[in-house]
Amino acid sequence: METMLTFLHQHIQIVYIVVLSVFLGIEVIGRVPSVLHTPLMSGANAIHGVVIIGAIIVMGKAEGDNYLALILGFLAVILGTLNVVGGFVVTDRMLEMFKGKKERK
Amino acid sequence: MSISLLSLAYLIGSVTFIIGLKMLSHPASARKGNLIAAGGMAIAIFGTIFLYEEGGQKLHNYGWIFAGLAIGGIVGVMTAKKVKMTAMPEMVSMFNGMGGACAMLISIIEFNHLSGARQALQSLMGAAGFRETYAISGDVDLRGKLLIILLGLIIGSVSFAGSIIAWGKLNGKIKDRSFKNQHIVNLSLLSIVVLISGYMVVVANNVTPDADPGAWFFLELPVLFYVVFLLSLVYGVLFVMPIGGADMPVVISLLNSFTGVAAACGGFLYDNPVMLTGGILVGSAGTILTILMCKAMNRSLKNVLIGSFGGSNAVAGTGDKDQGHFKEISLADAAVVLSYANRVIIVPGYGLAVAQAQHVCHELESLLEEKGVEVKYAIHPVAGRMPGHMNVLLAEADVPYDKLEEMEQANSQFATTDAVLILGANDVVNPAAKNDPSSPIYGMPILEVELAKHVIVNKRSMKPGYAGIENDLFFQPKTSMLFGDAKKVLHELVTEIKQA
Repeated sequence: METMLTFLHQHIQIVYIVVLSVFLGIEVIGRVPSVLHTPLMSGANAIHGVVIIGAIIVMGKAEGDNYLALILGFLAVILGTLNVVGGFVVTDRMLEMFKGKKERK
Repeated sequence: MSISLLSLAYLIGSVTFIIGLKMLSHPASARKGNLIAAGGMAIAIFGTIFLYEEGGQKLHNYGWIFAGLAIGGIVGVMTAKKVKMTAMPEMVSMFNGMGGACAMLISIIEFNHLSGARQALQSLMGAAGFRETYAISGDVDLRGKLLIILLGLIIGSVSFAGSIIAWGKLNGKIKDRSFKNQHIVNLSLLSIVVLISGYMVVVANNVTPDADPGAWFFLELPVLFYVVFLLSLVYGVLFVMPIGGADMPVVISLLNSFTGVAAACGGFLYDNPVMLTGGILVGSAGTILTILMCKAMNRSLKNVLIGSFGGSNAVAGTGDKDQGHFKEISLADAAVVLSYANRVIIVPGYGLAVAQAQHVCHELESLLEEKGVEVKYAIHPVAGRMPGHMNVLLAEADVPYDKLEEMEQANSQFATTDAVLILGANDVVNPAAKNDPSSPIYGMPILEVELAKHVIVNKRSMKPGYAGIENDLFFQPKTSMLFGDAKKVLHELVTEIKQA
């Protein structure tokens, strides 16, 4: 119990960020029209690609002879980039059609 | 200096994610929002590459990093540009799986670092007299870190395996499959994973100086780690496997928020604020989105996840029932019905998406409008394989925004509508959802097309829809069937109307 409290205390800043972000996430997309459900999901999908930063850090810290870390890290960078780039491009393609339609009106 | 710049880059990244998400939830600003978030992401990524340092040390292995970025970037852009609008949902699921896999790999690497550090600690403690020094030097607590690594591993793996299955299901490569009491098996699997992980965290600090028990533990921990890894993958597969296609949107949205949480675990691990905020934002926003979708179907999340669709007894029950007869309609008759109607409502479904018939559908709509027929589209919130799927599809074919009616408005108009044309939709117009409590889709709001004077249903065959249940609508006297591929049938219909 005490260790848990200490842990909480040591990381209180992070815990605050987490708690506030949860509420922010709920607030931000509170009332979204169903038209935008798919693009929104896709956009959120691209944003969690931020995990790539972890992959870059792992990769950049790996020692030259740690092949496991190098290979897995390399894979992680590729997959993370796919998630980010693919996610944003797909979202943009979806939204492009909405925009084009409005301009013609 | 550079490290303070990096903090600024991360701050910008986090803020753009929030603004981006906010703008994505309004039609007018959505595209800009996406670009803003993408820009913030680029700043955060390149900031990390060039500015990150730990203990005064910059990152190295730039060759590898840039090679990875280049490969992922090029493949990502190409697949995303090439994919057809109809295949969008499975593409999102695929990219989501990639993110999950990325989090999973990070956890594996970090665990290897951790167990390396643990081993080193062990040998140090084995050395004579080191025990006291260690005790004085304060606590090296491995538990918190291990917990985060395990969380990232489990959530990432489940998200990865689940997304791949969802992807396979949406493009028809994988069929729904479930066995008896599967949810009990799933739950026990999950509890085993949690128990093993809990055990690992508890014993993580048991670094004894004695060679024998110490050796036993350090052997054991990596083994347990890979057991957890494998079981999580299996759980991901079993979790999505029995869930029917009609519920796939909900599942993808849920897995999306899972990956967000997995990314946030990475943020915890590296004390990285942008990963933390980005991940948690997606985690909570994704959860809310999931709940919104469930609400649109008038079901609870638990019901979607555990009460799997197409349970064998439900299908057998309705399958045996004698449904009576349905009647077919010829193209010429259908053309007449549509051209002499005052108001026509088109109900698009997955069949339209599969047949890529959105353009010819728009052609039909314009043709009818020229003839003075008022044409509207009724969009069920979960029509297709993803919420908003039909909107995206019809937008691609330049169907004007104001022609799309949401479910509530459409339902109030059916009574004054002369003809309803259903294009490859099935479960979303099934009256069983309203009047058959034993039906698996009972309680889901539907488009009440049976209020209209005429219902023309275009389907490829009499096969039941994705939920695997019969549709009484097809056997009602005012309903007539127009069999065939949606694109082909619509083409012929357009030609027929032009001649009339």
